[in-house]
Amino acid sequence: MKETRIALANLGKIRPESIEDYLESGGYKVLEKAVTIDPESLTKEIEDAGLRGRGGAGFPAGTKSRFSRLSCDICPEKYVVCNADEGEPGTFKDRIIMENDPHLLLEGMLIAAYIIGASKGYIYIRGEYTESINRVSAAIEQARERNILGNKIFGSEFSCDIEIRLGAGSYLCGEELTLLESLEGKRGYPRIKPPFPAEKGLFGKPTLVNNVETLAHYPSIIQNGAAWYNHLGTEKSPGTKIFTISGKVNNPGFLEVETGVTLRELIFDFGGGIKDGKKFKAALLGGAAGTFVDESMLDVPLGYDTLKEKNLTLGSGAIMILDEDDSVTKVLHNALRFFKHESCGKCVPCRVGCKQLLILMDRINEEYDPEAVQALEEEAKYMAATSLCPLGQSPILPIASAKRFFNIAAAE
Amino acid sequence: MSVKEIISKYPPEKSYLLMMLQEIQNNNEKNYIPEDALQNVAAYLNMTMGSIYGVVSYYSMLSLKPRGKYILRVCASPVCELVDDSLLSWLTEQLNVSVGGTTVDGLFTLETTECLGRCASAPAIMINNETYTNINTARLETLISELRMK
Repeated sequence: MKETRIALANLGKIRPESIEDYLESGGYKVLEKAVTIDPESLTKEIEDAGLRGRGGAGFPAGTKSRFSRLSCDICPEKYVVCNADEGEPGTFKDRIIMENDPHLLLEGMLIAAYIIGASKGYIYIRGEYTESINRVSAAIEQARERNILGNKIFGSEFSCDIEIRLGAGSYLCGEELTLLESLEGKRGYPRIKPPFPAEKGLFGKPTLVNNVETLAHYPSIIQNGAAWYNHLGTEKSPGTKIFTISGKVNNPGFLEVETGVTLRELIFDFGGGIKDGKKFKAALLGGAAGTFVDESMLDVPLGYDTLKEKNLTLGSGAIMILDEDDSVTKVLHNALRFFKHESCGKCVPCRVGCKQLLILMDRINEEYDPEAVQALEEEAKYMAATSLCPLGQSPILPIASAKRFFNIAAAE
Repeated sequence: MSVKEIISKYPPEKSYLLMMLQEIQNNNEKNYIPEDALQNVAAYLNMTMGSIYGVVSYYSMLSLKPRGKYILRVCASPVCELVDDSLLSWLTEQLNVSVGGTTVDGLFTLETTECLGRCASAPAIMINNETYTNINTARLETLISELRMK
């Protein structure tokens, strides 16, 4: 299958622990050029490229960058925060980037910092990602030694340093406002928004929060231009996306391709078909906060917009495959257990709701109970309408899609 | 390294709190954060014990109770469960502990964790800071006996 690599361009070509290799492959050249260009032109380039946040929500990255840049443009303190708290079940794209090309992340982050006028950046990495932490820490040290991080970068007026902070086992801290709370040394409780981070983010200052994969696209966009990027993939979700394929396929793994690829291609070309010669039953797209599909959706082009039209989600790009003998209900049960475990308890709908969903799931597991299935969907709808943050708003996604394509029942 | 030495490596800023706590825990023989260490951190960061307790109790990787020398964290994610859901019950039986419990010899604590991001080589398990993939009961048996001999 033909891959188009942007975030993974250097994968296998350079030694990730070597800044020399990165520099020889043309690394930090884009940053060197970028700091001589006015930030407005760079913002425009990201906007015109149509880059959308790769963390899962797909918010336009250019708009976010513009808000952060224009928010209090005389503020001496602004921050860029990289969200590397990858925790959506089935997702490991950010880990692959950090382990294989940590300098690309730093270069993307420095360009983002220059654009919004930030002199400090934080990379918040989940505590379980030992290799990622080591690789990125080493890359930061190397970049500091060469004054690629530091004062007057490449002889310009732009100065910036980047530091690592670690998570300690909380899915919710991957939500951007919760991440900021955690970065400030607090419990991982979501903030009420607005204000959004662009206005009032880390330590109350204007902040740009971007996912690892999003930032890894910045250098290529600035180097090759918006028109080049915009031409890749689908019209409304341009560019490439890393997909992580897991579960019952012959070759589970990851790949970076233009958006618009279909599930059928990912499962049967890249994934080598279903394991043990069995039949395809279902895919869970986007992790626990994602949607189930059956074979009727195998040919839908994968993009944020194309899936949304079908009431589905791309999310983080995680694709988990179930074969004919697997139970959608069992996977759904696990997803709901996950939400209950990770619910922070700050708002009532999610705290009580997640518990109710599991009680209903237990009823369904005991015997076929259409009333309980109905109640499960109703409860999740209330949660989606009233919860404070995306965690409580998410259970409706796997529940409604499981109900739409399959039968939620013990003996399904 | 002593708790005081660890703390003094960091500037007295709250954003370092989680990193300090993790380093203290990693350097503790019983893999936990003792109360006197918490008091030291609280004093250093000018926080009350109440607020620092609130932080510690929130994060699943931090423990206020003594644990074993090795923390076995079995990935409970849908992917790992789909590929092989027998690991946890096997460990429970072999080690004779329930989830959250520590073996009588103080060597192993059995825990679960959410997705470790090793889904293409599921199932996965973490032992202290290392992640192991493509795990089955035979490999677990080897790993455990190796750790017992150490």
